[in-house]
Amino acid sequence: MFKEFIKGLSITFKHLLPGNSTTVQYPKQKLQPSDRFRGLHRLVPAHDREKCVACYLCPTVCPAKCITVESAENEKGEKYPKVYQIDLLRCIFCGYCVEACPVEAIEMTGEYELANYKRENFTFTKERLLK
Amino acid sequence: MPEVLSLSNNVPLFLASMLVKILAVFVVVILIVAYATWVERKVIGHMQTRLGPMQTGWHGLLQPIADGLKLFFKEDIIPTEATKVPFVLAPMMILVPAFITIAVVPFGPDVTLFGYTIPLQISDLNVGILYILAMAGLGVYGIVLAGWSSNNKYSLLGGIRSSAQMVSYELAAGLSIIAIFMLSQTLSLRGIVEAQTGPHPLFSFLPNWYILSQPLAFGLFVIGSLAEINRTPFDLPEAETELVSGFCTEYSSMKYALFFMAEYANMVVISAIAATLFLGGWAGPFFGPINLLIKVFAFMFFFIWIRATWPRVRYDQLMYLGWKVFLPLALANIVVTGIVVLGMQ
Repeated sequence: MFKEFIKGLSITFKHLLPGNSTTVQYPKQKLQPSDRFRGLHRLVPAHDREKCVACYLCPTVCPAKCITVESAENEKGEKYPKVYQIDLLRCIFCGYCVEACPVEAIEMTGEYELANYKRENFTFTKERLLK
Repeated sequence: MPEVLSLSNNVPLFLASMLVKILAVFVVVILIVAYATWVERKVIGHMQTRLGPMQTGWHGLLQPIADGLKLFFKEDIIPTEATKVPFVLAPMMILVPAFITIAVVPFGPDVTLFGYTIPLQISDLNVGILYILAMAGLGVYGIVLAGWSSNNKYSLLGGIRSSAQMVSYELAAGLSIIAIFMLSQTLSLRGIVEAQTGPHPLFSFLPNWYILSQPLAFGLFVIGSLAEINRTPFDLPEAETELVSGFCTEYSSMKYALFFMAEYANMVVISAIAATLFLGGWAGPFFGPINLLIKVFAFMFFFIWIRATWPRVRYDQLMYLGWKVFLPLALANIVVTGIVVLGMQ
């Protein structure tokens, strides 16, 4: 019995020695998220416009129905998304849109600080997603 | 040899020295109480591989002040169903015995000032140990009253548990002290410290501290006093997980702060008493008070260390330990000490 008491005390004492703390002082000190972390979406730009061809695969596969796409044709006859909107309040960050995309036009970044003051600010339009 | 300063030879100097001693002891205890909360949070944090408070001041050094301010400005709630007078009285009844116990603890050798000898002790009662036991017994009234007057079943359970715990463990702790004054032949704490000066009778390289001649009594006293001041692993009266902090559930604002202060003040007092009874009091390499403070801090660190390590004992285990293990051990210790003391004469 006493052996176990002393064992327990020695474990806690070892933790007390400097260099054993695992805390990250978050706002001052940030960890790098891994490459496959699923954070905020980003539309990949091509030369002059977004890569997206408005094929509607991402809104179709989206389980949370948070992606709104409206397609149009530009002067060269290419299809492009006139409206591309993601409602982050509904998004579940599953990454199915990235998997479904045939032209790799959408990807997920490591951005995870998504808090905001207004509901409207959670609607990410094409311009914000292209940044 | 200069005269001992008393009311009969120099009234103003006596009053002044008393006032200075009381103020100094009170301020030191309050400071230790405030920073014990910080040290506890820091040490437990690191023992659980966290950091503890970091934001208020350098490494959270201003945390006790921030906590105090916060509690001071909180709304003071008295439940309508509570019994008002005991509800208000209880926090004071728990804090006052904690503070006045320290009055009999000697914190240094005699100093000579203006041709008088001034003992570094607020009051040298010739029944010092009885006084300590009496004050420890008074402390439980605060908890029981708080639990009963809150009119809340959890608080009442906490209060009842606390009184049962006190009754069981005060016996073991008190009986372990008996072995001490069988050796010292005095009840005065000053006398006990003086009896511990000089080298050990058997091993002359060791000091004659009672921890060496009474190790069992020391263990029993430390465990018994842990139970008496409701520290982990004997914190059943406030057991957050089962009794939602027990007797202080209904308390808020400064009344809650008083309970909090009383817990730490009790820790300081128990540490000081254990140091006086078993570790030679103020004896040591430095000036008296500093030696005592070092011993007090060591005890307090040990109490915090225990809190970070061991889980709470179950209620039946608590009673079993108190009545069937510690009490017989304390009685046996008295008998053995008595035989040895008789044999030495």
